[in-house]
Amino acid sequence: MRRLALGVAAVAVAAACAPDAPPARDDAAGADASSSRLFGFGSPASEDRIALWNIDVKPDGEGLPPGSGSVEDGRRLYEVQCVACHGATGTEGPNDRLVPAANWEQWPSGRTVGGYWPYATTLFDYVRRAMPQATPGSLSDDEVYAVSAYVLHLNGLLPADAVIDSASLAAVEMPARDRFVPDDRRGGPEVR
Amino acid sequence: MANRDTKANGGGERARFTRRGWLATAPGAAVAGLAMTRSDALWNQAQEASPAAAAAAGPGPPDPTKVPGRFVSEVGSRAPGEEPRRLVRSLALSSSSRTPIHELQGTITPADLHFERHHAGVPEIAAEDHELLVHGMVERPMVFRMADLKRYPQASRICFLECSGNGGGAYSRNRMPTEITAQQLDGLISTSEWTGVMLSTILREVGVRPGASWLLAEGGDAAVMARSVPLEKATDDAMLAYGQNGEAIRPEQGYPVRLLLPGWEGNAQVKWLRRIEVTDRPTMTRDETSRYTDPLIDGTARQFSFVMDAKSVITFPSYPYVLPERGWWEISGLAWTGRGRVTRVEVSTDGGRSWTPAQIEGPVLSKSTVRFRHLWRWDGRETLILSRATDETGYVQPTVQQLWEARGERTSYHQNHQRAWKIAADGTVTFGLGELV
Ligand code: HEC
Repeated sequence: MRRLALGVAAVAVAAACAPDAPPARDDAAGADASSSRLFGFGSPASEDRIALWNIDVKPDGEGLPPGSGSVEDGRRLYEVQCVACHGATGTEGPNDRLVPAANWEQWPSGRTVGGYWPYATTLFDYVRRAMPQATPGSLSDDEVYAVSAYVLHLNGLLPADAVIDSASLAAVEMPARDRFVPDDRRGGPEVR
Repeated sequence: MANRDTKANGGGERARFTRRGWLATAPGAAVAGLAMTRSDALWNQAQEASPAAAAAAGPGPPDPTKVPGRFVSEVGSRAPGEEPRRLVRSLALSSSSRTPIHELQGTITPADLHFERHHAGVPEIAAEDHELLVHGMVERPMVFRMADLKRYPQASRICFLECSGNGGGAYSRNRMPTEITAQQLDGLISTSEWTGVMLSTILREVGVRPGASWLLAEGGDAAVMARSVPLEKATDDAMLAYGQNGEAIRPEQGYPVRLLLPGWEGNAQVKWLRRIEVTDRPTMTRDETSRYTDPLIDGTARQFSFVMDAKSVITFPSYPYVLPERGWWEISGLAWTGRGRVTRVEVSTDGGRSWTPAQIEGPVLSKSTVRFRHLWRWDGRETLILSRATDETGYVQPTVQQLWEARGERTSYHQNHQRAWKIAADGTVTFGLGELV
């Protein structure tokens, strides 16, 4: 029996090393990382190609582009680009409130930039990728800085004369910064 | 109801129109033009004449044994009168539509009835133009076209997909609905067979660098939807899915390719996937901070609550069905858990005082829905019926009171508590959880 098992193992090793054996195959049951050889379908991505799509901003500010914007410029932009959906003071709607109008846990009026968002960098990231909702991607980086500055100002987190860039945006202290905790649900009998 | 009838007639019209139209199309010409025999001609005449013949047959339902049937066709359609529909929340860019779970059988959701949740509409993407960029903490940043992805070894699996906002309509103590359908309340759940390439295969191709622990998945829609996913899940059972129930994935589900994270909340399973960045920390996007997080009773907010806990929903009897008489009725519904397999579903027909194991119909697949059934002899008296699922970790679907106690009453996701339907003495069925709180 033991001999047989060894024999099977030897065959398996031989197959994995044979020149015409395929690279490892994964299936729904999990990965088999035993092979280091590659299929190689697809093409290498150049630095320029990556830069074109690499738009996200990390919470420490990594990924923020050069440029800057002032609360004052942001006010003018907001009144043209955002006010119809978010209201004059960011609380009137009809779409998501940008300034809290209730206790932070209250859905949806409390869970807003000033009351609930842990990072100011997320504001730049989100506005640049998704806003204004009907014309996403239409604002320049300077304009996104400006309108982000204005939304932070509406939330009482920046003075009226502030100008922000990558360093100062990442440094804005958000009231909800330490509120978030990792998921502690684990299955099992306990309800969490 | 009137509306329904109108639609059914419309379906009949369409069916007849197609029948005639078919004869004029190119494949039809092969029969009708090139090799027309006398019997072909008679068949074609019968196709033309059958509606008239049916109409001439007099009152009462037509006799299908006296009229030749319709020819074969390239794409099938539902029977006239069978018109399950998604329930559209609002015509807006950020909106949802719900699966008619109360009108479906078994566990698989027809692809055109799979629930939708988009944040900036459904993009139009041609598969030939689509590219997936994989970069970040990898040895070989790469771009994959659909033909590249499809050349990798394939995998298929059946699993559920649920929006973590599903069931939010029945959590508020003071606003428990009564006239709400299972579709309205819990229709953000669907089950499909998904086909694609395992993400672990692609990650091995690009070579994940030591120290990496997360990735960012990003969509090519107008919301450029972005979510962070732990690498542990990415290399466990995550899939880049391009097939759904045997055909190409539907545009509403992420055509040409989406991220599939079996058992996890729908929002993280980014559709129209165009970029994966391997990182050493989460990106903290808007949809993993401002949204899809859970404010708890202790002043903290739970983040990255990905797994969908065990849940069950009775789909029959449910509002607005009416039980016309006492006697035997089969209670039936769906149960699922994101933590593996459902091991047990119990049904109560006395408001939660006593519970009986329901029959679970196999195969019981991990992270998929199961159909449960329980034969019940209704005695004609008012009562509440409930179901509760248990999963392989020993987790039992909680009561709403248990969730309130554990989390408080202000969470807006992951409301997997037990549901109840009230059967009135006259057989009308309404949502009954309000009676228990
Ligand atoms: C056409 C309407 C519309 C316009 C114009 C618009 N928004 Fe929005 N905005 C929305 C909608 C709808 C949402 C919610 C989207 C979702 O949930 O997917 C939203 C969400 C947001 C959010 C996230 C709110 C939260 O708490 O999660 C921010 C921030 C935001 N918008 C900022 C802006 C800014 C800044 C502008 C102007 C540059 C702008 N929006 C213009 C409709 C609009």
